[in-house]
Amino acid sequence: MRRTQPSALSQLVEITYKRRRLVTRAMMIVLIAAFLVATVPLFSVFFHVVRQGLPALNMDFFTHLPAPVGEAGGGLANALLGTIILVVLASVIGIPWGVVIGIFLSEYGKSRFAALVRFSVDMLASIPSIVIGLFVYALVVIPMKRFSGLAGGLALGILMVPTIARTTEEILKLIPVHIREAGLGLGVPRWKMILFIIVRGSMGAIATGVILSVARVAGETAPLLFTALSSRFWFGGLDQPIASLPVQIFNYAISPFEEWQSQAWGGALVLILFVFVTNIITRLALRRAHGSGQS
Amino acid sequence: MNTTELRETLLDVRNLHASFGGIAALHGISLSVIANSVTAIIGPSGCGKSTFIRCLNRLHEEVPGATTQGEVWLDGQDILSADVDPVTLRRKIGMVFQKPNPFPAMSIYENVVAGLTLAGVRRRSVLNEVVEKTLNLAALWDEVKDKLHHPGSSLSGGQQQRLCIARALAIEPRVLLMDEPTSALDPISTARIEELIGELKREVTIVIVTHNMQQAARISDKTGFFLLGELVEFTDTSVLFTAPKDPRTERYITGRFG
Ligand SMILES: Nc1ncnc2c1ncn2[C@@H]1O[C@H](COP(=O)(O)OP(=O)(O)OP(=O)(O)O)[C@@H](O)[C@H]1O
Ligand SMILES: [Mg+2]
Repeated sequence: MRRTQPSALSQLVEITYKRRRLVTRAMMIVLIAAFLVATVPLFSVFFHVVRQGLPALNMDFFTHLPAPVGEAGGGLANALLGTIILVVLASVIGIPWGVVIGIFLSEYGKSRFAALVRFSVDMLASIPSIVIGLFVYALVVIPMKRFSGLAGGLALGILMVPTIARTTEEILKLIPVHIREAGLGLGVPRWKMILFIIVRGSMGAIATGVILSVARVAGETAPLLFTALSSRFWFGGLDQPIASLPVQIFNYAISPFEEWQSQAWGGALVLILFVFVTNIITRLALRRAHGSGQS
Repeated sequence: MNTTELRETLLDVRNLHASFGGIAALHGISLSVIANSVTAIIGPSGCGKSTFIRCLNRLHEEVPGATTQGEVWLDGQDILSADVDPVTLRRKIGMVFQKPNPFPAMSIYENVVAGLTLAGVRRRSVLNEVVEKTLNLAALWDEVKDKLHHPGSSLSGGQQQRLCIARALAIEPRVLLMDEPTSALDPISTARIEELIGELKREVTIVIVTHNMQQAARISDKTGFFLLGELVEFTDTSVLFTAPKDPRTERYITGRFG
């Protein structure tokens, strides 16, 4: 702007520009405040758990069975192993089930039956997890007359289904029609096109959804309380009660013994780290896949 | 262009009607496509060009509510009849779309042979040969031969479109349908693909939809002019663009409507 005498218009532009800049700045402050409100609790929880939990973490914690009441030492090794077993079992049940429903909803999702399935999946997603536990209790625990890892894994598996199904559906729907038509146009039967072009092409994104839901159920407590129950011993078969980290944390946290309470903090820290690390790794992997995929 | 008259008819379209959910889009199209020629379909937007070529490989019927009537003869068989399996048919009549659409998460190599591997062809030596041959046909080999295992989506738009042409050619179709294959491309890529079409017609019979009349004039042997779902005129390209019989064709090619 070289002009000496600004015109009325340029003055007006100048004023609205100033106002816009002010609004931008105000919005920025609001956003930062919102960011802080969202992250401060997260970090304070994390900080607190680290401070309380870190002292409990030692070699024994990861390798020993819980010590009998009143004795010092012991660890949560059986609960760690138990959680791994439960999560694997839940994945074996929940992943195929959820992915298949997701494929069905995305590819054959226009019928009334599909609308019913979608509605049921959404309902399932909003049922409190303890109710899922009760359901499995009635379905498996009562007939078998005992608490078992099988029942716990099933409860966690059911819990995974809705998130996996809906994320898979949304991911597959992102693939445009013209890719599907290219597949059909090559003389590929529809089912093959769906599995080997559409689903295969979305594998990375589907895997991310799956892993995030696995991380989610790893920390579930309520559905395990009357399915897997808990155990003070090593894994003794899927038809036996089985220890798990969340339930062990629960039991120890409400116990009157300081040693146990401290171990509960340790367990909580391990659990949080597991969830954090899986989240971060999958998000990074996803970002990399996206970066190199599109150009 | 008289020589084309002597050649055999490969596709014979008779009184083809098509509709979307009860709304007619094609009203009785009849035309013959000559073997190893290029047939261009021109006409204003929405006149039914895409619908027409999508009837030829029965992709039209994949649209919910879409219907087709009439006959399309290929090798002594009405390919629209119920006892022809569309999946088998589409191996004889390939298609290249308006937007380049390489399959996601597949390498260049995997894209080219997708039609074969998904039909159960596994032998590496066969696939390697097909990849080299069809990428050469599609004039892409030299550009990609050192990066066959890079993702198909890493290529430029024009290269992706040639990849899609190679992919369609890999299953050795008799007919190649092309729906505005260059409309998303820059002039240089367009010129390459036009050149390619001229060479490909030795291998396959081509039916191409285009919005670009110069393109139709440059590359095709016969041209059909569509208007509101009807075939107004269908004749040798040189005739259609110089001495159209129908006044509507004349108005269209001189740019007075559409
Ligand atoms: N999926 C659809 N559902 C309903 N009507 C459709 C559909 N696709 C096309 N039509 C209608 O059918 C008619 C022909 O469409 P078509 O796509 O064949 O035109 P086109 O000549 O290829 O146009 P363009 O040059 O813009 O690609 C149009 O009136 C259009 O509105
Ligand atoms: Mg079209």
